[in-house]
Amino acid sequence: MNDYVIEMLNITKEFPGIRANDDITLRLKRGEIHALLGENGAGKSTLMSVLFGLYQPEKGTIKKDGEIVRIKDPNDANALHIGMVHQHFKLVEIFTVLDNIILGVEPNKMGFIQESEARKKVVELSDRYGLKVDPDAVIEDISVGMQQRVEILKMLYRDNDILIFDEPTAVLTPQEIEELMDIMRSFAKEGKSILFITHKLNEIMAVADRCTVLRKGQCVGTVNVKDTSKQELSRMMVGRDVEFVVSKDEAKPGETVLEIEHLTVPSKLHKNNAVKDVSFHVRAGEIVCLAGIEGNGQTEFVYALTGLEKPSAGSITLKNERILQLAPRAQKAGDRQINASVRQRSKLGMSHIPEDRQKYGLVLDYTLEENLVLQRYWQPEFQKNGFIKKGEVRKYAEKLIRQYDIRSGQGPVTTVRSMSGGNQQKAIVAREIDKEPELLVAVQPTRGLDVGAIEYIHKQLVAARDNGKAVLLVSLELDEVMNVSDRILVMYEGEIVGEFDPKKTTVQELGLFMAGAKRQGANSSTERTANTDA
Amino acid sequence: MPEKKKRSFNFPGSTSILASLISIGIGLIFGLILLIVLNPSAAGGAFVSLVTTGFRSSDKFAKVLYQAAPLVMTGLSVGFAFKTGLFNIGASGQYTVGAAAALIGAIQFQLPWYVCLLLALVGGAFWGIFPGLFKALFNVNEVITSIMFNWIGMFAVNLTINNLPMMLAKYWGGAQMDRTANLAQANPNALIPRLGLDTLMHSNYMNTGIFIAIVFAIIAWVILSKTTFGYELKACGFNRNASLYAGISAKRNIVLSMVISGAFAGVGGGLYYLAGNGQYTLVKQLLTAGFNGIPVALLASSNPIGIIFSALFVSYIQVGGDAMQPDFVKEIIDIIISVIIYLAAFALLTRELLTRRQMLRQEEENSAADALPAASEEKDEVSQS
Repeated sequence: MNDYVIEMLNITKEFPGIRANDDITLRLKRGEIHALLGENGAGKSTLMSVLFGLYQPEKGTIKKDGEIVRIKDPNDANALHIGMVHQHFKLVEIFTVLDNIILGVEPNKMGFIQESEARKKVVELSDRYGLKVDPDAVIEDISVGMQQRVEILKMLYRDNDILIFDEPTAVLTPQEIEELMDIMRSFAKEGKSILFITHKLNEIMAVADRCTVLRKGQCVGTVNVKDTSKQELSRMMVGRDVEFVVSKDEAKPGETVLEIEHLTVPSKLHKNNAVKDVSFHVRAGEIVCLAGIEGNGQTEFVYALTGLEKPSAGSITLKNERILQLAPRAQKAGDRQINASVRQRSKLGMSHIPEDRQKYGLVLDYTLEENLVLQRYWQPEFQKNGFIKKGEVRKYAEKLIRQYDIRSGQGPVTTVRSMSGGNQQKAIVAREIDKEPELLVAVQPTRGLDVGAIEYIHKQLVAARDNGKAVLLVSLELDEVMNVSDRILVMYEGEIVGEFDPKKTTVQELGLFMAGAKRQGANSSTERTANTDA
Repeated sequence: MPEKKKRSFNFPGSTSILASLISIGIGLIFGLILLIVLNPSAAGGAFVSLVTTGFRSSDKFAKVLYQAAPLVMTGLSVGFAFKTGLFNIGASGQYTVGAAAALIGAIQFQLPWYVCLLLALVGGAFWGIFPGLFKALFNVNEVITSIMFNWIGMFAVNLTINNLPMMLAKYWGGAQMDRTANLAQANPNALIPRLGLDTLMHSNYMNTGIFIAIVFAIIAWVILSKTTFGYELKACGFNRNASLYAGISAKRNIVLSMVISGAFAGVGGGLYYLAGNGQYTLVKQLLTAGFNGIPVALLASSNPIGIIFSALFVSYIQVGGDAMQPDFVKEIIDIIISVIIYLAAFALLTRELLTRRQMLRQEEENSAADALPAASEEKDEVSQS
């Protein structure tokens, strides 16, 4: 008689200075894939955390199969067969896959774990849903995609039939995303219900049945996906029309700003070099994109470029100034060795939007204003004789907050830890672009952001380019690569395997190079034409 | 614990102070219960003297101030390192080396007090360099090195003083072989000035040491909250990677932080022994003054200004505790004092609870205020539809 497995009615949840969920109602049908869409900080994760028992709402009720339930903690949620895959996985890194799956519900006889029984069930589940895992592999050795499968198996092992996925595709490659979609469809076919948090509209259109849109903590509405379009969804989410394609003029490249020659960086994980003999240049007024699948040396390359890690050989020139000159071991004796510090590179005009914003980009326990001057606090504008000019810092912070629309509970004095991921990223982008750099190194600047914020950041990158800045964009998102860049370099296993003009190539072609199936050699041009034609 | 500490920085000062007071109150109640259990008949009187002795007479209060001065310094030492993400458990060694440097300057070289205090600062700073360097260059945990340097410092000081006959009390006509000379005899110029405060307060414990300590606390506060250097230190403490990313030299800051931290502890040693009321004794024991800096810093959440007050509190309780003799033996008194300080250090927990209660109350008020307009809005919606 009741079609809804879960009903969250009039949920209100507040945090200091912000109402994260304001009277939100969400109904989940049996056997449907229900997407939850919203900008960063719209309250999606909060709402799901309420359902999973991590937060207690101030107001509102939750019903399961029509009956009011109280979910005080994740154990209660589990008892109601609600499972969740978190955005950041909750796995014990040094345990095996099997150990992680049974953790907390270990089948045992008098305290001894019955491993064979558990193994049988895990293998059976992984066969049934095509979730291939090696039960004996240790988590820290397996890929992110594999780790996600382990998280999914954890839910299945506990017989959960309401599955919450919190931005599951953010960490996956395009192929892995396809597989995940198939798996989700097969779950739905079996009568399991899925709540799917995302801000990628393509995925919603591809897989979801219905979609609930949140904006600034309020529910904008629930729509049937087949009756709607990407444009309408994004309008509901952002509150205005969004351009998916960045409009930009032809690039007018000027003089060379960054020149990299024979850069080689050793790997911390294995004996091979992570970056092998890479050479290229970036000119003023162009956006060069370094594309590739995660883990092909981009991270190490950026660390070496920005001075966070010491490469083993190569040279880098920034604005006619040598910032790195390292000869291979054999020739070391003669040449002068140069390895400029992070601060020197910053003074020469290098800006860096780091890949891991919480690890590198921000001091989470500092306030927003303190973080906004993290790269500039030592400049005369903000200090005199070693004393920080608090008034100037406040003024500058307020300017950036206004200009870049950084939202937070208490403005400049908000602790950054309490801000949403998207606004943390906006703060970094604001800081790095406002530094007026000669070279902007942007590493996955839009990772985990919603379409509104992505559009904004892309516009900022193009504006920086039009201002005559050199932009080096490192990205895993093919859409972004095709959309924003003026020149594309594909990196595979630490080498540049191809250079492309975004107007003359296709996503499919790039994909082949990124996967290592092809590389530009002597007869590259013919290969390229053939592919573009196909 | 560190998690709570970090979050608590946002909370308004009044909540922090209230939380500290409540925690101290709970600690005192626990102390009273202990007293009643141990010796019911004397408990009441002993508790009264524990709580009131410090304020009872000017000479007792002078003793509170006298004992608080070195505690402020060791508290600053521990607190300053905490802010940089380092745990300086070596304050004891730095305190000892600082004290020895001051005493050698005073007795062996007959220098005036301010030079001796400067020597104490340099001595403590010097002893702070080693854990800092080991941490910065070889990533050796500072806790291990500073514990080892506590012992190295203590034995090195004992060895040095033993081999300088002029340092010992016996040289100046004293009876004991195992302690340094009485400064009043050896070099009255090296005594910290009293500026007539001793006659005013009727106590020869009274000197200007506490004011010197307060000046250092203010310096620490200015460094941490007003300067780019403090900004860098705290950034290193909170997130080492982000400080590297910002071009801050983490290694330099680790060493500097330990040097400054050591300097504070060294001055503490100087202030205590240059007061002239205590003589350094050559025993194989670490001085507890350095370790007492840990609860002092924790009680104040490492806030330099708060450290002044938490040091005064710890000193006050110690003076009050001494007055409970002979109804209670010294060891029992130490236990009771420890329990009080231990519970007082729950200030962080109490603050968390207080803030939560405040939030709840605010929400109730908000929802009460919301109730009426919300109801009318609902009606509007109905009529619209």
